Amino acid sequence: MALLRFAVFRFLTMLATLVVVSVLVFLIITLPPGDYLSNQINELRATGQSAGIAKAEFLRAEYSLDQPLWKQYLIWAGFMPGPHGFAGLLQGEFGWSFEFDKPVADLVGGALWMTVLVNLAAVLFIYAVALPLGILAAAKSKTWVDYTSAFVGYLGLATPNFLLALILFYYGNRYLNLPIGGLMDPQYEGQPMSFDKMKSVLIHLIIPTFVIGTSGAAAMMQRLRANLLDELGKPYVETARAKGMSEPRMLTKYPLRVAFNPFVADIGTLLPSLVSGSVLVSVVLGLQTIGPLLLSALKSQDLFLSAFVLMFVALLTLIGTLISDLLLALLDPRIRFGGRER
Amino acid sequence: MVDYNEGVAREPGVTALLTVENLSIGFGGDAPVVEDVSFAVEAGKTLALVGESGSGKTLSCRSALRILPAAAQVRSGSIVLCDREGQNPVDLMSLSEKKMQDIRGNRVSMIFQEPMRSLSPLHRIGNQVSEVLKLHRDFNAAERQKRVLAMFERVGFVDPARVYESYPFELSGGMRQRAMIAMAMVGRPDILIADEPTTALDVTTQAQVLGLIKDLQAEYGMAVVLVTHDLGVVANMADDVVVMNRGRVMESGSAELILGDPKHPYTKDLMAAAPEIPATPADRPDEADRDYILEMRDVNKTYILKGSAPWKPKTVVNAVRGVDFGVERGKTLAVVGESGSGKTTCARMALGAERADAGASILFRETADSDPVNLQDLDRDARLKFQRKAQMVFQDPYSTLNPRMRVKDALCEPLEIHGIGSASDRIDRAVEILKWVGLNENMLTRYPHAFSGGQRQRLSIARALMLNPILLVCDEPTSALDVSVQEQVLQLLEDIRDRLNLSYLFISHDLAVVARIADEVAVMRSGLVVEQGPPEQLFYNPKHPYTKALIAAQPEPEISRPIDLKIVAQGAGEPSSWPAEFRFIGADAPPLTETDPGHKVRAHV
Repeated sequence: MALLRFAVFRFLTMLATLVVVSVLVFLIITLPPGDYLSNQINELRATGQSAGIAKAEFLRAEYSLDQPLWKQYLIWAGFMPGPHGFAGLLQGEFGWSFEFDKPVADLVGGALWMTVLVNLAAVLFIYAVALPLGILAAAKSKTWVDYTSAFVGYLGLATPNFLLALILFYYGNRYLNLPIGGLMDPQYEGQPMSFDKMKSVLIHLIIPTFVIGTSGAAAMMQRLRANLLDELGKPYVETARAKGMSEPRMLTKYPLRVAFNPFVADIGTLLPSLVSGSVLVSVVLGLQTIGPLLLSALKSQDLFLSAFVLMFVALLTLIGTLISDLLLALLDPRIRFGGRER
Repeated sequence: MVDYNEGVAREPGVTALLTVENLSIGFGGDAPVVEDVSFAVEAGKTLALVGESGSGKTLSCRSALRILPAAAQVRSGSIVLCDREGQNPVDLMSLSEKKMQDIRGNRVSMIFQEPMRSLSPLHRIGNQVSEVLKLHRDFNAAERQKRVLAMFERVGFVDPARVYESYPFELSGGMRQRAMIAMAMVGRPDILIADEPTTALDVTTQAQVLGLIKDLQAEYGMAVVLVTHDLGVVANMADDVVVMNRGRVMESGSAELILGDPKHPYTKDLMAAAPEIPATPADRPDEADRDYILEMRDVNKTYILKGSAPWKPKTVVNAVRGVDFGVERGKTLAVVGESGSGKTTCARMALGAERADAGASILFRETADSDPVNLQDLDRDARLKFQRKAQMVFQDPYSTLNPRMRVKDALCEPLEIHGIGSASDRIDRAVEILKWVGLNENMLTRYPHAFSGGQRQRLSIARALMLNPILLVCDEPTSALDVSVQEQVLQLLEDIRDRLNLSYLFISHDLAVVARIADEVAVMRSGLVVEQGPPEQLFYNPKHPYTKALIAAQPEPEISRPIDLKIVAQGAGEPSSWPAEFRFIGADAPPLTETDPGHKVRAHV
């Protein structure tokens, strides 16, 4: 019951944070002088193409870019009616991408799901690799198991992702016949979801997941090992041993539970770092995620597109922290019952 | 060489349950830290391993369970465990790890020093305790719970079912140690190894926990190996004693012989160092006119704790209530109480580090006839001036010295802050002060890690003296030290007090330490002073049940004077359980009334 109240409370604070983040995002994007349309208008004027100017002027008015900044923000967020009434984020209108000359929603639609898919796969990969290796390295600390896993881990941290991507593509294609680039075979693009399409996507996911996840897994493994080693020196571990527990059982029941906290707390920060960290990889691997979109939108000052992508990343982060906070409260009674102690 | 080992007198035919012979343990290639140690415990008896930190007593007892640190190697020796009839000896050294797991917690169980940290913070107490039965017995879940609840009741939990569902952080230190004992006992072991089981507890709690172990031992007929540094605890518990120093056995034999007539010089030193409430009161001249260097009048301190969430109500904690006492010039006022009694808050307020609630007056007089300064409203300059005159000595010498600062820098820093003297003046002063505290000047360039606990405490005292203060607040200055070192530090504090005419506000939980150094004692409980007076009245004519309990709970190194648990239980309970004239509930406490001249008791008269 207390947990439910905590969840509701956390959810409300998350919404408030989201509003603050949206202000910041909008401010930062509009901070550099000029915007996509005024740049375009200047360019058109210089080359004397007056037909295009009219369209650009129309768009400026259409999307209220001629209004003062604070009004622009309120209209974009949907707190204030624009030329077409309420049509902002709150109403599900994400705006227009000037660069691609398409609504942001159409442009981003497929990429959003692909981003979520790729990153979810990477997170699962990170946890699946880091958890057993980290435990093993801590339990067998200062033996060859520890040293080997540390070596592999540092290798994973030190290799540039895109380089790893190229190497894996080459050998993966040569020996395992794995596809190069993209997230599915070309014939499935734009097709409705089917079993074959899913299979194609999964096969295409193998290398990107590995590439994006390696450094995260290496970092997390080292952190888990360090946490666990700290915990192994605590007196309650000795108590468990003195009870007559076997080493593996003792390890998984007591110190791992405690060492798990930072692991869980990481979820929140893992997601955004994956999204922004995987931009380069996505470009190299030709993945249709929002990473490359964000890059080009920021370069060309495509206001609504970049604002939307940044908001999406912020939302992922906040959801991540919300999940990790709730999980922590579930896992750790000291957080759950914090108020009961004195 | 004289052989001080009288051996454990054994009736013929009775073999020991656990026999350790010629045990040597070392780390890496270094000289052994435990060397040639032998001892034996019989069923139903208690063996005490006594020694100071670093004596190897803990390693010796842990080797019986083979739970030594990974880097420790057992170099030689044998450890043999027999059943209660003295039959079927098993060599624990050569046993497989799997068979060893069957012995741990089942035939030999252990309780540890720090009940705060020896239980997993994330698992319910019931889960952790019943796990022992899950590992070693074929009971079903219901049967396990039944047995654990019965054991909880046996170790003195009023509401076993609630404790079963509790997490460790919801229990007090004494309660956690009871839970640990329940965990160790629920498997009905033949041997209980208790490693400093009461060192981290308040005296009154210590007395009750020791009493509990003794009762359980009588009831289940198990053997106890008690590891301790406190000869008072030994006298109350042990049948046989092994005195250890630097990894070797100094003397062993029956408790009566060793405590009554110690032969080895090391044992004699330990006995002499044990603090004790003197048997006869010392005479003290009566003083009519009192010259207070520090007066605390009508001092209250409330803390307001935020709720765990914004909608939860705030809780108000009355840390200190109506404290009213003074430190006389050149004298020592001791404040005694358990953890949470408000004594440290008093110390902090006496230094102006914490503001008391409105209405309090905390007055500091630099000389007998100078104007008093009220510490409640000091401006920056006045505060700086006051801080030169009043300094603090802290409890833990390990954490109060910056590990990255040389002794020289640590000592000179106060002078730098106050801009006193040139660099060479400061060094001269540091050299002089080091000499006063019994250290020498070639230590100036060292870092704190090169010093032992006692030396570090001398350094803290030296640092406090650098500014030439006239008032020292000592917050448990000896509780983190070994007994023999404690004795030396107390001696030092007494010497410099008399030499420099210092005044002390001395905070402690240990009445015996206080008995030695104090001119006036205030006993605190739940933020209130319950009894106050000169030591000769307080110790020989205690009026308040809590003071009586504190005195009774003090373990003394004499077998003829065991702890009287009845007095302890009566006084150490909740204030609402005290006899009618002392009883109070919540804020409604009786007034502090003077019964004899200078002797005040909180009671209805």
